[in-house]
Amino acid sequence: MTTTDSTDDGEPTRRDFIHIMGAVTAAAGAGAALWPLIDQMNPDASMLALSTKEVDISSIAVGQAIKVMWQGKPVFIRHRTAEEIAEAEATPLTALKDTKARNDNLGKSADAEDANRRSDANWMIVVGVCTHLGCIPLGTSSGENRGDYNGWFCPCHGSHYDVAGRIRRGPAPDNLEVPPYAFLSDSVVKIG
Amino acid sequence: MSHPSTYNPGSGLEKWLDARLPIMRLMHDSLNDFPTPKNLNYWWTFGGILTVCLMIQIITGIVLAMHYTAQADMAFDSIEHIMRDVNYGWLMRYVHANGSSMFFLAVYLHMFRGLYYGSYKEPREVLWMLGVVIFILMMATAFMGYVLPWGQMSYWAATVITNLFSAIPLIGDDIRTLLLGGPSVDNPTLNRFFSLHYLLPFAIFGVVVLHIWALHVPGNNNPTGIEVKDLKKDTVPFHPYYTVKDGFGIAVFLVLFAAFVFFNPDGLGHPDNYIKANPLATPASIVPEWYFMPFYAILRAITFDLGPISSKLGGVIAMFASILILFVLPWLDRAKIRSMRYRPAMRLWFILFVVACIALGVLGGKPAEGNLVLYAQIATAYYFGFFLIIMPLAGIMETPKALPSSIADAVLAKKKPDAARSHASGGAQPAPAE
Amino acid sequence: MKISMIARTLIIAATLSLCGMSAAVAASGSAKDPEHRHWHFAGPFGTHDKDALQRGFQVYETVCASCHGVELLSFRNLGQKGGPFYLDSCPDGFADNVDCSNPNENPIVKAIASQYRYQVVDGPDDSGDMVERAPIASDRIPGPYANEVIARLANNNALPPDFSLIIKARHHGPDYVFSLLTGYEDAPASVEIAPGQHYNPYFHGDMSQALKPEFLNAEGHAIDGVDVPPGGVLAMAPPLFDGVIDYADPGTPETVEQYAADVVEFLTWAAEPKMEARKAMGVMSLIYLLVLCFILYWSYRKVWAKLDH
Repeated sequence: MTTTDSTDDGEPTRRDFIHIMGAVTAAAGAGAALWPLIDQMNPDASMLALSTKEVDISSIAVGQAIKVMWQGKPVFIRHRTAEEIAEAEATPLTALKDTKARNDNLGKSADAEDANRRSDANWMIVVGVCTHLGCIPLGTSSGENRGDYNGWFCPCHGSHYDVAGRIRRGPAPDNLEVPPYAFLSDSVVKIG
Repeated sequence: MSHPSTYNPGSGLEKWLDARLPIMRLMHDSLNDFPTPKNLNYWWTFGGILTVCLMIQIITGIVLAMHYTAQADMAFDSIEHIMRDVNYGWLMRYVHANGSSMFFLAVYLHMFRGLYYGSYKEPREVLWMLGVVIFILMMATAFMGYVLPWGQMSYWAATVITNLFSAIPLIGDDIRTLLLGGPSVDNPTLNRFFSLHYLLPFAIFGVVVLHIWALHVPGNNNPTGIEVKDLKKDTVPFHPYYTVKDGFGIAVFLVLFAAFVFFNPDGLGHPDNYIKANPLATPASIVPEWYFMPFYAILRAITFDLGPISSKLGGVIAMFASILILFVLPWLDRAKIRSMRYRPAMRLWFILFVVACIALGVLGGKPAEGNLVLYAQIATAYYFGFFLIIMPLAGIMETPKALPSSIADAVLAKKKPDAARSHASGGAQPAPAE
Repeated sequence: MKISMIARTLIIAATLSLCGMSAAVAASGSAKDPEHRHWHFAGPFGTHDKDALQRGFQVYETVCASCHGVELLSFRNLGQKGGPFYLDSCPDGFADNVDCSNPNENPIVKAIASQYRYQVVDGPDDSGDMVERAPIASDRIPGPYANEVIARLANNNALPPDFSLIIKARHHGPDYVFSLLTGYEDAPASVEIAPGQHYNPYFHGDMSQALKPEFLNAEGHAIDGVDVPPGGVLAMAPPLFDGVIDYADPGTPETVEQYAADVVEFLTWAAEPKMEARKAMGVMSLIYLLVLCFILYWSYRKVWAKLDH
């Protein structure tokens, strides 16, 4: 629908205004029609409805952990022992490979001390996706390899995470992500 | 109307590309500087409109395929998922569903235009036949697409239409089983229909390219039906004259399109297709989409056996013949001139043909009972009589009016209200651009 | 010119019979035409009446849901934009991090879901059993029957249709459903209604099958002078009675007519929750296209004006 004019001089003049306007109007319409074609690829309403998940944590014994699905990804929920909490809190920032908290509940500038990785010291809740290339680290189910730092161990390329989900050794660049969550009661946590 | 290339590569890059892949030259010569008769009326804008329709169907179709599930248990729900949950999914689906109706509306007007102005006649036979191929591919695509929502009409239309093939002697049942992938319409049928429904539009696109190629060898026909004699006097460059005129035609067409999509999106569909397919219950009446109704009426008009041919087989033969006869149309028409503008008797037979087609369309949507069967038989007889009897005879018996000496003369004569043949152009088409 | 006279006559005759044909068949039909009402959602600018949607959902949940599901709807749909319980912002007393315009956090929707008359089946749980639990906002609205066999057993072998698309799945859906709900009447004396069946002049059926034997001739057709009554019989007894549902708003009449109108409003929304968005976009699109037509026509006239022709 190009309507630019080919008058004798080839230059758009006042007489050509309407042709330019026609082309611009048509192009604007085509551009507006493009948005629905792109937006349809965004998550639909049924996906968004699953963006939060309520989990009952009352049955997780101290020292145990569970794996739940949230937005198509596993989330690790670990009930830490007193020794594990003490060990995590004692770890100095200088011993860490990644000193950012990576906690969606806090600002981006927070550092990775244990207190910034959780809201309740007893519970460590992290997205169970290795920050290296997206494998699922071991260490949640009992009997699995928890790595050299008693947290999680990614079998793909040998990344070791500690009990606060922080990367300690291996190729992974970042600490495990902490998802947005809130305790609705002592026994129910809402993720997302 | 082949003409020497007027492409003049401006920049160094254009020269470099032109020596290796002269695609810019092709675009320039066929879309920009292509000499086009200066007297084309609005009926000639449907070529551009149809191109837009095809693009709209392909784009919205690809989008819908991202969300649709071609599985018998889930297909219906996935369509409703598109309508309810997907961002702008309702828009994509309504545009695609109404788009098929708009596509057929435009293609029928395009075909009637070709028929009226003799655009199928020498040297445009191949152009016309490629158009018939496109039409057949469109019908196959639309039919399979209608099955995908897996509603009651989808399911039973698929059942009834595939049963037509069982009318073929000896191998009919085997062909039907092969088409369906089982003894009845089921999940395998849905899967293959989806696959082919996705494939065929690209086949249509390919034939459209050939159709346009075949158009650009002899050039456009025009309302007078006489050949271009002088490129300077008789023609104008396609751009800007016809780009802007087609653009206007497309915009007007889109108003109608949008009116259906936004304000009566289910008006052309059938309520039964909002009921999930149920192989145990047939709807009260099975009706095809409106654009298939004339052919459906022809199918049902053959209610009698013809010697060894049963009425079922006869109906199938008549229905396919009514489409295939278009392939030999260029040789059935024995007239010396093209345009019915100068064939007053033929023009009346043509109008009657249009009425017969509309009557078949109305009858195809009604129950086949009582006098309606007789009406359908009369209209069917006229449909075939028009091609097989009237067309060959009229060419021999009629006395056409005097043709203008050139396109330029015809255009000038039109400006004078008392010109001898000004009345001959009435009714059927709006006046060409002033 | 004789041949053209024949053709001309034929054209006129064919056109006239075509018009007659369309009219004649349109007039026939075995059920009464539904009463045409003016609906709040009708027309190019029609929208849903929020109060009517809420009342309609109440009618659906209290009465219709005893037998009919709305399997394509989730609870969250009730709180989405344009839905019956959509909230722009939270009522007082909610924490800042709750977004009530999000249908999944809408407190009304959460309450409706958790107190709904049917449970959803979830699981398997840790011991491998399926469990029933109260629905949450993201769940589909559970229906009355687990499967078609149970539905038929409970309803004298009739299958109550799902209501998600009932308005779109019937000719003149809103008028038809309204007429059906309000149109029950005693069967004419000429017909015999089987037990468990109910006569309705708007229901599509064939009453000639129910004519009493004394009105039939030897071939089983109605004898001359006996009209076959319009409509048909259905398994559903009249579902609505005056006062059967208590509306919270004392100003709204608690009549069958009001209940029927409200539930039609709700079911129309349920059949196409995006209707308001569709019409709003349609108005903008048509305005744009008409402006585009005008500009392109002007441009076209300008281009062609330069041509000597």
